[in-house]
Amino acid sequence: MLRFIVRRTLQLIPTLGGLSILLFIWLQRLPGGPEYALLPDDATEEQRAQLRRSLGLEEPLTVQYVRFLRNILQGDLGTSLQTGRPVVEEFFTRFPATFELALTAILIAVTVGIPLGYLAARRRGGVLDFAAVGGSLIGICTPVFFLAFLLKVVFAERLGVFPSAFRLSPGLNRTDLSGFVVLDGLRTGELDVVWDALMHLALPGLALASIPLAVIVRMTRASVLEVLDEDYVRTANAKGLQRRTVRGRHVLRNAMLPVVTAIGLLTGSLFAGAVLTESVFAFPGVGSFVYAATQTRDYPVLTGFILLIATMYVLINLLVDISYSLLDPRVRAQ
Amino acid sequence: MPTTPNAQNPAEDAQDPGAGAPEGSGGTSLLTRKADRIDRLAELMGPRDDGSGGAGIWLTAFRRLRRSPMAISGAVVVALFVLVALFAPLIAPYSATAQTWGGEVFPNQNIFVGPRAENWLGLDNLGRDQFSRMVIGARQTLLVGVVATLVGFGAGALLGGTAGAAATLGGRWGALIDNVIMRVIDMMLALPTLLLAVTVAALVGPSLTTVMLAVGIAQVPIFARLLRGAMISQGNRDYVVAARALGVRRHKIALTHILPNSLGPVIVQSTLTLATAIIDAAALSYLGLGNPDPSFPEWGTMLADAQRFLSSAPQLAVYPALAIIVTALGFTLLGEAMREALDPKLRK
Repeated sequence: MLRFIVRRTLQLIPTLGGLSILLFIWLQRLPGGPEYALLPDDATEEQRAQLRRSLGLEEPLTVQYVRFLRNILQGDLGTSLQTGRPVVEEFFTRFPATFELALTAILIAVTVGIPLGYLAARRRGGVLDFAAVGGSLIGICTPVFFLAFLLKVVFAERLGVFPSAFRLSPGLNRTDLSGFVVLDGLRTGELDVVWDALMHLALPGLALASIPLAVIVRMTRASVLEVLDEDYVRTANAKGLQRRTVRGRHVLRNAMLPVVTAIGLLTGSLFAGAVLTESVFAFPGVGSFVYAATQTRDYPVLTGFILLIATMYVLINLLVDISYSLLDPRVRAQ
Repeated sequence: MPTTPNAQNPAEDAQDPGAGAPEGSGGTSLLTRKADRIDRLAELMGPRDDGSGGAGIWLTAFRRLRRSPMAISGAVVVALFVLVALFAPLIAPYSATAQTWGGEVFPNQNIFVGPRAENWLGLDNLGRDQFSRMVIGARQTLLVGVVATLVGFGAGALLGGTAGAAATLGGRWGALIDNVIMRVIDMMLALPTLLLAVTVAALVGPSLTTVMLAVGIAQVPIFARLLRGAMISQGNRDYVVAARALGVRRHKIALTHILPNSLGPVIVQSTLTLATAIIDAAALSYLGLGNPDPSFPEWGTMLADAQRFLSSAPQLAVYPALAIIVTALGFTLLGEAMREALDPKLRK
């Protein structure tokens, strides 16, 4: 087990190393070179030359890359052109908001998607199955930003059930402990803050959940169908085990393995979806900052956030792989 | 990602015709029963004529597709979309860019023109004929989808094909090549596709070419993994062993034996990718990274532009949104049906 974890962790090194090379090349290939991209348009030639020297752009590429890598390892990803603050700081002040949003989306997707997929598989060919499969296909094919806008117009602007923007209502009194609004509210006992935050999470969470939900329904359905066909399920039924035992212990547990992997892989698309959803709902997270960065061409933020998000994605999938191997001994052997 | 081998035994669902019937007829003599048994044996040994007998994997898959309502509805949508896109200038009644009715629409006063006899879908926010824009927009959307898919398919197949061929036939060096390529692919896979596209588009600057490249590049790792997986699973099959034993050159085995048999899942994936490409392109347009020329209609750009008027003129957003959803759905249905037809495991 330990060997599996170590081996799997070591595999991250080439992946992340390669990623750093990719980002390095990207930065090199910026239109007009970094001295044009990093400085405002009205900068003088002298300023540009000075930036070139201070960035060490006159030195050989290998030297530059080593320095780039050293900066990354020391947690220095440059400073944002929009705010002038370090990219890493910008990321981690915004991360809690996106984390809460992504968690909401995943929770919606899992609590609705797994039972729905399971029931669809059990009643294969029925109305529910048809609706679940059709609905998830439509969900996958609907642009996330359009769905977000639709939810916003209908539920926030027309019906006024949910707030249409931001993380919290303005002017709300709250104690900030960690940036995680819901968690802080629970710890300090400010339940009005918790409620307010949850109301603000509802619509963007729903919009962001659309694709994971669709994927989880389909994965669960396919996986349960496959397991229902297995010999051991027939054996369990033939032994006269209770229906509930067969379904819980034999069918669901085995069917969940691929779904768990899918959830891990979905975290990547959640970050991408967050860029769209957060910008629609003016949700102050990582995604809306990436959106702002694309508008202002904030290269340090774009490359730095990409590196951080990719690292996080790789780490989450490492955890998924490890948990998977805990659930299924066959994975370890390979 | 299931990398299912497609060339399963194509005759496995062939029911043996009339099995058990001779045994059932009780009073027949020993001789006729023996003759029956020999006939039956000959029938089993000889060519079959029970519909699926003798047909290749592609033909049986096609026959199955013809009966699948999913495939038919998907194919109808896709065919309609392609026809509209191809003959767009002939179908569109008016110019898609001329602001002919500009004097009738005032977005800032919430005055929009809905469907009427001369403009079937009404006017857009600048007084242009919405129907003509939708029709011409289909063209751009198809172009984006096809080029992006070709980029992803081409680069992905090249990388995955090289890796797959090297892994199956290349020996120790091949394994090394495969390993290097796959680490690169894994790295690309670690970047969320849309985010990768956003970065590429933001770095290169907004244009239609950027969107196509960005969306295409984001699909490369998926194609590469699929083709490699399929090729490796083909690599151990008897016909490859036979070809090697006969002394066929390795590059020839890879290109003429393994590759054609591994393309099934990749072709299915391209159909699905067309849907993803259209949706991702719309997202990039929404982020302002699409075609900066606002006069050129494209569904994604139209949808993104119409968001501003969603509460006062929802129809402006609903038409392109529905068009995107239906088209993407068409490609997805067709792709899923193809996957089902080619993969015996998914079939019941």
